[in-house]
Amino acid sequence: MHRELKYSQAVHEAIELCMARDRSVYVMGLGVPDPKGIFGTTLGLKDKFGAGRVLDMPASENGMTGVAIGSALVGMRPIMTHQRIDFALLALDQIAGQAANWHYMFGGQARVPLVIRMIIGRGWGQGPQHSQSLHAWFAHIPGLKVVMPATPYDVKGLLIASVEDDNPVVFIEHRWLHNITGDVPGGLYRVPLGRSRVAREGDDLTIATASYMTLEALRAAEMLAEEGLNAEVIDLRTLKPLDEAPILDSVRKTGRLIVADTGWRSVGFSAEVVARVTEAALDHLKAPPRRVTLPDCPTPTSRALADFYYPSARDIVATAWGMMGLEVELPVMQETAGALLDVPDKSFTGPF
Amino acid sequence: MRNIEPAVLKRLYQEMLRIRLIEERIAELYPMEEMRCPIHLCIGQEAVAVGLCAHLTRDDYVLSGHRSHGHYLAKGGDLKRMMAELFGKVTGCSKGKGGSMHMLDLEAGFLGATPIVGGTIPIAVGAAFGTVMQGENRVTAAFFGDAAVEEGVFHESLNFAALRTLPVVFVCENNLYSVLSPLSVRQPSGREIYHLAQGHGVESFQADGNDVVEVYNLAGRAISKARRGDGPTFLEFKTYRWREHCGPNYDIDLGYRTEDEFQEWRSRCPIDRLKKHLKGKGLITDLEAEDMENSLRAEIDEAVEFAGESPFPEVEALEQHIFAP
Repeated sequence: MHRELKYSQAVHEAIELCMARDRSVYVMGLGVPDPKGIFGTTLGLKDKFGAGRVLDMPASENGMTGVAIGSALVGMRPIMTHQRIDFALLALDQIAGQAANWHYMFGGQARVPLVIRMIIGRGWGQGPQHSQSLHAWFAHIPGLKVVMPATPYDVKGLLIASVEDDNPVVFIEHRWLHNITGDVPGGLYRVPLGRSRVAREGDDLTIATASYMTLEALRAAEMLAEEGLNAEVIDLRTLKPLDEAPILDSVRKTGRLIVADTGWRSVGFSAEVVARVTEAALDHLKAPPRRVTLPDCPTPTSRALADFYYPSARDIVATAWGMMGLEVELPVMQETAGALLDVPDKSFTGPF
Repeated sequence: MRNIEPAVLKRLYQEMLRIRLIEERIAELYPMEEMRCPIHLCIGQEAVAVGLCAHLTRDDYVLSGHRSHGHYLAKGGDLKRMMAELFGKVTGCSKGKGGSMHMLDLEAGFLGATPIVGGTIPIAVGAAFGTVMQGENRVTAAFFGDAAVEEGVFHESLNFAALRTLPVVFVCENNLYSVLSPLSVRQPSGREIYHLAQGHGVESFQADGNDVVEVYNLAGRAISKARRGDGPTFLEFKTYRWREHCGPNYDIDLGYRTEDEFQEWRSRCPIDRLKKHLKGKGLITDLEAEDMENSLRAEIDEAVEFAGESPFPEVEALEQHIFAP
């Protein structure tokens, strides 16, 4: 049965189903039971499951991550939520030092089933400390899984799979995805961690991407198709463990790779994808791989600067033509002509 | 010593002596370079671990930091597996992947020790929180040193434990030094550590950590209170590490602490003090004490032999256990 849900509703439904099924699942985070309910993703859960399982918490990100870990060690399955990824930086010892290592350093005898939701975003003057896309940091750490779903279907299936996973999972949602809609089946289903998805098939060029940049990549692919260039878009979905084979297969077919990332350029996740492809499929490359990323620059607040900071479909298209050795006059994109670039669409009135 | 059964006193003595002899054996073996990991010996500080854990059952939980041998042993952690862990063997309590700084024994309720200062305090609070959420009646104890109270996470943990009235006992072993840095360069003079905990609304006590009876009595109160559901307690025990911060040697020659200070603390050895009392009251004879020591040494010999003879992990173990299946 066809059923349209918003991405944020799909997150909500995943949490609700997990909590209904398993009493050890609980949700904790600043603002989780408040009237805004983490952009709607936790609204009403307290009424349904009680204050004992849907908790607000002190502004103690490091300590409370430790609390989540400790509870996980004795049988609970916490879902911790940060309204911005930037607040999770306060918890790096607990995430990267303790949770990530716990299973390995004790010889596999203990487990930390912990989901940490972190929200990234762009625009509306989020500025330097409310929008950093730090997935590459977390993906660097052995023992952490890192998930960045792009669609309502995937966010539900991946969140359920993450809650059921016996490892710490960094679950990254892009704020500009919360309002997108898509087909979401009811009931429990899982999208396995560590599997990418071919979001669009094509023979001329591979665009590997994740999270919100998947939308920009698909837009770019449409624009390229109008000029006769068929791009294949691979939505990575999980950055760690990375599903490498489909990227390699695609590049072997197309000979060209663009990686479109919400993060920065230097030592970014895009570099990892490029490295894997050049290591394993160099002979198939017809052109040097290219990256579409944020510039190596903190996030500016004024939209006059931010408009030049965040990469878009237009940048992907320009990069693609460059790879083909062609200079093509870029059409003015209808939806951005004279529009505000610091919101995903007109319905989004901010603040985030 | 204040209303404690002779049998209990003897057990406390035996437990402390056991830890002392194990630590001394480790110090003796360490120069052979078979134990290739940093070790933080607790010689001089045995009373806190023993007096506290004497009230815990195997169903209760303990977490600790870098100087955890005494806590692991007092909680009932397996000696053979600990020794094998120090040797990096696959039979070790962490299968050779943790070493001295990462030990656990789940059967004994020793939930884990890790060396980032203060790092396991919130994990202990979380374990207590988890037991409460599951309706279990267990107590969790967190052991840490005086420097841990300088970490933000310490305050975060106390705040939450007090907020939720959690069954936790915070045990601060104040041995006056963080590595080589004295308290005087780290914390304001005249502000007692246990007052910090009071500030968080956690009932707090300070006592002589080299008097196992004092530790035992205070711990008994704190643990019964936690078991009743009446919330957390903070215990600060003043004590002293005899040997270097990390490694098997004495280090008075370094000059960061004085010979006089060391001798003063050494004269307050928790084991000698209790032995003197036991002998004075006729609760233990020289022969009994000697027998006790001999059987402990035999147990340690056996553990060292087990560790020495155990195999190393196979290379396949390198990339095993990164993720739980």
